[in-house]
Amino acid sequence: MNISNNAKHSTSVTQPIRPLIQKLAQLGSLRVVIGFLLISAFYVTFCNIAFAEGSFFHVSDYTVSLFGKYLCYALLALAVDLVWGYCGILSLGHGAFFALGGYAMGMYLMRQIGDRGVYGNPDLPDFMVFLNFTELPWYWAGSDSVIWMIAMVFIGPGLLAYVFGSLAFRSRVSGVYLSIMTQAVTYALMLAFFRNEMGFGGNNGLTDFKEILGFSLQEPSTKLGLFVATAIALAIGYAISDYIVKSKMGRVVTAIRDAESRVRFVGFKPEHYKLWIYIVSAMLAGVAGALYVPQVGIINPGEFSPLNSIEMVVWVAIGGRGTLYGALIGAVVVSYAKTRFTAIMPEAWLFALGGLFVLVTLYLPKGIAGLLPHLLSNKDNEDDSSNSKGTDSKNNRSTDIQKTEVQS
Amino acid sequence: MLRIFLLLICCFLAGQSVASEVTAKVNDNEVVSAEVTIAEPQSNEQAQLIALFKKLPTTKLSKMPLLIEQLSQTKAPQIKKTFNSLMNGDLYYLKSNKQIVHAQLNADNKYALTDVLTNTKLEAVAKSKIRKVKTNNRLRGKIRSLLAQLDLTFSDKTVRIEAVKQILDKPNDIGIETIKKLINSEQDDDVRELMSVTLLVQQLLEGEHTEKLAAVKQLKTSLEPSVLNAMATELSKVEKPASPEDKALKVALEKAMADIDGRKGLFEFAENLFFGISLGSVLLLAAIGLAITFGVMGVINMAHGEMMMLGAYTTYVIQQAFPQLIEYSLLMAIPAAFLVSGLVGVAIERGVIRHLKGRPLETLLATFGISLILQQLVRTIFSPLNRQVLAPEWMSGSWQINPIFSLTFNRLYIIIFSLMVFVALLMILKKTSLGLHVRAVSQNRDMARALSIKSDWVDAITFGLGSGIAGIAGVVLSQLTNVGPNLGQAYIIDSFLVVVFGGVGNLWGTLVAAMSLGAFNKFLEPVTGSVLANIIVLVGLVLFIQKKPKGLFPQKGRSAD
Repeated sequence: MNISNNAKHSTSVTQPIRPLIQKLAQLGSLRVVIGFLLISAFYVTFCNIAFAEGSFFHVSDYTVSLFGKYLCYALLALAVDLVWGYCGILSLGHGAFFALGGYAMGMYLMRQIGDRGVYGNPDLPDFMVFLNFTELPWYWAGSDSVIWMIAMVFIGPGLLAYVFGSLAFRSRVSGVYLSIMTQAVTYALMLAFFRNEMGFGGNNGLTDFKEILGFSLQEPSTKLGLFVATAIALAIGYAISDYIVKSKMGRVVTAIRDAESRVRFVGFKPEHYKLWIYIVSAMLAGVAGALYVPQVGIINPGEFSPLNSIEMVVWVAIGGRGTLYGALIGAVVVSYAKTRFTAIMPEAWLFALGGLFVLVTLYLPKGIAGLLPHLLSNKDNEDDSSNSKGTDSKNNRSTDIQKTEVQS
Repeated sequence: MLRIFLLLICCFLAGQSVASEVTAKVNDNEVVSAEVTIAEPQSNEQAQLIALFKKLPTTKLSKMPLLIEQLSQTKAPQIKKTFNSLMNGDLYYLKSNKQIVHAQLNADNKYALTDVLTNTKLEAVAKSKIRKVKTNNRLRGKIRSLLAQLDLTFSDKTVRIEAVKQILDKPNDIGIETIKKLINSEQDDDVRELMSVTLLVQQLLEGEHTEKLAAVKQLKTSLEPSVLNAMATELSKVEKPASPEDKALKVALEKAMADIDGRKGLFEFAENLFFGISLGSVLLLAAIGLAITFGVMGVINMAHGEMMMLGAYTTYVIQQAFPQLIEYSLLMAIPAAFLVSGLVGVAIERGVIRHLKGRPLETLLATFGISLILQQLVRTIFSPLNRQVLAPEWMSGSWQINPIFSLTFNRLYIIIFSLMVFVALLMILKKTSLGLHVRAVSQNRDMARALSIKSDWVDAITFGLGSGIAGIAGVVLSQLTNVGPNLGQAYIIDSFLVVVFGGVGNLWGTLVAAMSLGAFNKFLEPVTGSVLANIIVLVGLVLFIQKKPKGLFPQKGRSAD
């Protein structure tokens, strides 16, 4: 009963949207986005180096690291979009993966300080001396090696995603329940990392980093290097995501988003696909966190806070989920707005953010990315607005309402 | 030139001293008249007290004990302070009119005076104006024992109990003697009980073998912490028994201590249970509104915590608006908070949620945005700092059941109140026509509409009801935690988990889930610390939901899913 309704419904949705999708594909094609990304990265680098301070074209070091931060957010938004936009899993806990990647990098950077800390202990980071640790906890073993750090950036978030995902997807927890549980997980992790006994610096987190791979973090050239590295990581992440989305597996994942039970009846195992894309997304978020930490110079349990995770979701919602470049636009635009707002009117930022949530969900269900094609071409508008409601309701709970919509 | 200068200084000083003398005289006169006006309307006892006080400066040291005794027999409230200052040598009288004062040297080398009779502050005077009331060591000893007796015979029972407890904790000979004297004339059972425990402890510590054994036998039933301490010290004395008597005492002590420990454990369990249930009832209040909006309507309201915050701030505003009615402020705040949060809830439903029907994830995001706006609104209006909400008199204090187990009134009232709210809500849903409509719409919207139920209207009312109850929860929370813009955030995740754990759409499930989570948390806390307990509960819940995604009591039948 449900299935037949669904079928009728989804065909009616895809028909008028098809020309739009083609336009979107053009705009967001891999080459365009990556080309744009690399050109702008090159432009920033060039303007930073070639023009003297005070020149109109000069890009300050501060702006460089700010852009570096935005690019980390963009990578993170890409990760969120991959699971939410393409698989329909609204994760309110992606901040956990981001922070775990950040902590993996932070641990490495802490060990790089060596005996230059306040206490001058060659083996233990400052906070451990302060908290009366006598030796490194076992999970800090190997954290002074680059390879181990890089491995941990992938393994940490990936493992959490695997454990949580395999449990949740196998027992077919979905929709709102899953969202709340992901939020609970990141909340629990935040509480855990706030504890001093955890051996991750408690409240203050990890900070006072000196150098990365032998380059001083204070040097503008290192900052520029990190910015370029982030841009390249984002380009690679984008290429991977693009490949995944267009691959056969990606199509199955999108099918799961639209009609999970139908995919199951056809013979796929949705939980495997979900788990797989969830882990990939977690690892992308971890990489974003690892690149973020040396650029801002600190990682603390605040990164685990549920509010952070929800902000990530807003980037994607505003940018336009279900389109990879939309996520990038959303992350950069919202973060830029946040920087400006908090500088000019700190009070107004939460009003603006809250207002954005409401307005975008009410009037812009496809975000900025959904708005662009509208502006480019005025046809198909009427159909689109009425149908967008239908495409958004994926889980089984809402089939009743779909039914009424279709019938009425 | 220098001479003129000196002269000027002299003149200045002279003028000063004359002036001060004049003011002192004026003061004396005033005080005398004040004394007279106070003395006249007072009773016979008061007159006696004044007469005795008058005698203090003139009595010889040898006659003093008698006078002190007479003074203590008046049992006037001023006596205790007078005796204390007499013992510390702070009791003086004014040379001019023999008025008894409590004097203390202040910063500019003068004596700050307090009249002992009326407890009024007087002008500070120079040392020459006053003279000390004489004491000696014998008199001090007498005063000490009289002081002990004074508290032990005080008319207020709590003062008596406090006095006995002090002696129990720090036994002294005078106190013990006084208790021995008073125990038979004591009227109150509780005080007498405590007195006999004190004497028995003394007997245990100081007495002969047989007396010790007898004391141990009788003390077995007492739960006073000092008893256990005394037993422990005795036990350490007979750790290596030298004689058969010692051995018998050791055995008896060990048995008694094990007994007491067992009973103590029982009461500790009861205390944990009480704390757990009280935490559970707070969770219940926080979650039950959500159980309606989420469970019955299927709407995710991330702004639910902010509805609680609004309720707490309503309490604050009411206390600010009626500062003289603090005692009733909570009772006034309950309907007010219900209305404020309820109306905001209806507005949210009409303005936003209605347009997002059937899109639960979008509803989640939009209501989260609303929660941010509400938080910032409160921050702008009331400042980001925590506001203080006063606790009325009747909420403070505790019900002392025995020395180690007491129930604080505020927690007790909260438990009762949350259960009342639960029952009321259950009644509304089960017995009223509104409840019938709500259930009908939640089970089958189309059919309900076909039967001419206005589903839009029912949605708005249901959401308002859930939000209003969150407002009431906010009133309760204002008594337990800081009232600040982040008040709601701390509870929102817990509340969702309670609802999901109990089974969506099932109020009884919510009750069971809230209580068991609260108790579980409080029983873990002593073992693991509060943060880790919180984490364990969260992780445990996440795992539980993986196993039983529909909660403890899943809905069955056609309406499920």
